Amino acid sequence: MNIVVFVKQVPDTETRIQLKDGVVDTSSVKWVANPYDEFAIEEGLRIRERLGQGKVTVVSLGPDRVKEAIKYALSLGADEGVHVKGDEVALSDPLAVATVLAAAARKLGFDLILTGKQGVDHDWSQVGVMLAEILDLPHVSVVVHLEVDPDAKKGKAKREVEGGAELLEFDLPAVITAQKGLNEPRYASLKGIMAVKKKVIPEWSPADLGLDPASLAEGAATIRFVDFALPPPRPAGRILEGDPADTARELVRLLREEAKVI
Amino acid sequence: MAPTFAVLAETKDGVARKVTLEMLAEARRLAQSAGGGSVGAIALGPLDAGEPARLAQHGADRIVHVESASLTTYSAEAFCGAAQAALGQAKPDSLFIAATSQGKDLAPRLAARLRVGLASDCVGFEIRDGELVARRPIYAGKAFGRVSWSTARPRIATVRPNTFAALPADAARKAEVEKVALEAVNVRARVVGFEKSEGEMLDLTEANIIVSGGRAMQGPENFELLRRLCTVLGATLGASRAAVDAGWIDHSHQVGQTGKVVNPTVYIAVGISGAIQHLAGMSSSRTIVAINKDKDAPIFKVASYGIVGDLYQIVPKLTEEFAKVLRE
Ligand SMILES: Cc1cc2nc3c(=O)[nH]c(=O)nc-3n(C[C@H](O)[C@H](O)[C@H](O)COP(=O)(O)OP(=O)(O)OC[C@H]3O[C@@H](n4cnc5c(N)ncnc54)[C@H](O)[C@@H]3O)c2cc1C
Ligand SMILES: Nc1ncnc2c1ncn2[C@@H]1O[C@H](COP(=O)(O)O)[C@@H](O)[C@H]1O
Repeated sequence: MNIVVFVKQVPDTETRIQLKDGVVDTSSVKWVANPYDEFAIEEGLRIRERLGQGKVTVVSLGPDRVKEAIKYALSLGADEGVHVKGDEVALSDPLAVATVLAAAARKLGFDLILTGKQGVDHDWSQVGVMLAEILDLPHVSVVVHLEVDPDAKKGKAKREVEGGAELLEFDLPAVITAQKGLNEPRYASLKGIMAVKKKVIPEWSPADLGLDPASLAEGAATIRFVDFALPPPRPAGRILEGDPADTARELVRLLREEAKVI
Repeated sequence: MAPTFAVLAETKDGVARKVTLEMLAEARRLAQSAGGGSVGAIALGPLDAGEPARLAQHGADRIVHVESASLTTYSAEAFCGAAQAALGQAKPDSLFIAATSQGKDLAPRLAARLRVGLASDCVGFEIRDGELVARRPIYAGKAFGRVSWSTARPRIATVRPNTFAALPADAARKAEVEKVALEAVNVRARVVGFEKSEGEMLDLTEANIIVSGGRAMQGPENFELLRRLCTVLGATLGASRAAVDAGWIDHSHQVGQTGKVVNPTVYIAVGISGAIQHLAGMSSSRTIVAINKDKDAPIFKVASYGIVGDLYQIVPKLTEEFAKVLRE
């Protein structure tokens, strides 16, 4: 079973977002593998381990820095990694990203594609599902439980929705987008970290994938950011101290009479 | 030419959900601000007899309805085909889809099929120089970005529920219903069942009041304290990642950058320190209440109201007090 996992590199969630010259300042950002993609990687590894066969290939699109995210996935146990080269512009339009990643998937061949449900940078929540459409595959998004049967070419998934979970059956190959709860990601082992050093990470350009670079230029984007802003600071609050009964009573009064929200 | 908007009506058991009416209201406002554009509603699958009239009364000028056996239950593939067929008839410049689990599942598929831009989870719109511009949170609300679309049409946006107010029903408003047929769609991912989550609470993303517990709850049993407060307030229970990772409560309750991003009227954080990832998920709440024994906890920096003290003493008193005043 060939499993392709797409991993996006994003700023660490600890990052305090600041603007510089009107755009998000990423100069001192610590880059990490997108947290939801960790669930996707882990699920790929578990399926391979459960079946006792198969290959997990990790692909990331972006500038040179994204190699670190690929190496991280390799240190966890992924078999191979591919770096698809793209500048920041190529990363800004989800449809363009999905188009490039779909071409990479075709080149690799696959039985199952795993992505995160969302990149915690721009929070688009688009690329995984778009990949399915471009590759003419079924998809299940926001998945918290997954079973695959490669012989029958079938799978079962549970996906989180408002007020509960939907249970789905799907045909393989398919695209699955991972939600927290799918599994508990492992940590890299020392052996895994050592093994990364021996791995060669091929670099593919969009042209290697048969894509016209002009289709990925800024002017070709279907959507683009015009400007950015930080949320307005919240006014200082009323913090109460003292006897629990008194402060509780005062809080209820404030919420009803001052804020008028309860 | 005046701009045309369409709203993909999200329905449940044949009835349009509240978010559908919210999107109609925003589309109406934009159509008017752009100098008299029109607003269409697109309905996929079963629709109760009174619903077309209700959609019209809340802002739709025309209704395109696709009915087919493949649309009885939601599937991304059938709904995508149906939406495409309806768009062929409605031909809007802009299409709004609800940023719900269904809308977020469908919209990227539809945008990729039409090769048009999709702005997800929008919380504001404006018309600038005749072009639609959308405002959306990024980094879970640590910042906001405004986006615009290329010339490909329709522009698609998913719209966060509870962001816009529905218009009051106007009985004078009427709309014609146009039926569109759908050819059979090969559905390769089918919903075969549903598991209802515990209790009668509203989903976190729909809740008006949220009470969240953190590491200070010390175990699953103490969440009963918060459940009692939730019952009195009609609130939904949330949690920090620390409480989720400890296994005290299901991950579907997690609020934050890698949990749910929420914007209720009131958010009550109990024994939560206010880590940056937690704040990202809830700091757009209208009123934030913090209960924490450490007066230097970062949660107090975003709190509208707070109590410094031991939650095990304060929460029961608070529950008692709310029960008393809400009974009156
Ligand atoms: C990649 C990543 C993603 C993350 N995503 C999220 C996310 O989505 N959501 C999230 O919440 N976190 C997230 N986190 C975790 C986050 O960094 C914090 O670790 C977490 O929010 C802390 O939870 P807490 O506030 O409940 O616990 P703590 O930080 O331990 O705070 C407990 C608080 O309770 C107070 N307290 C203790 N006893 C009492 C008492 N008896 N009465 C009153 N107060 C008391 C303490 O003063 C303290 O402030 C993420 C972390 C990472 C690395
Ligand atoms: N540049 C990228 N390289 C690899 N995978 C990506 C990239 N961008 C998005 N993805 C995948 O698509 C998912 C959804 O991303 P997004 O649509 O940006 O929220 C991520 O969790 C990744 O699995």
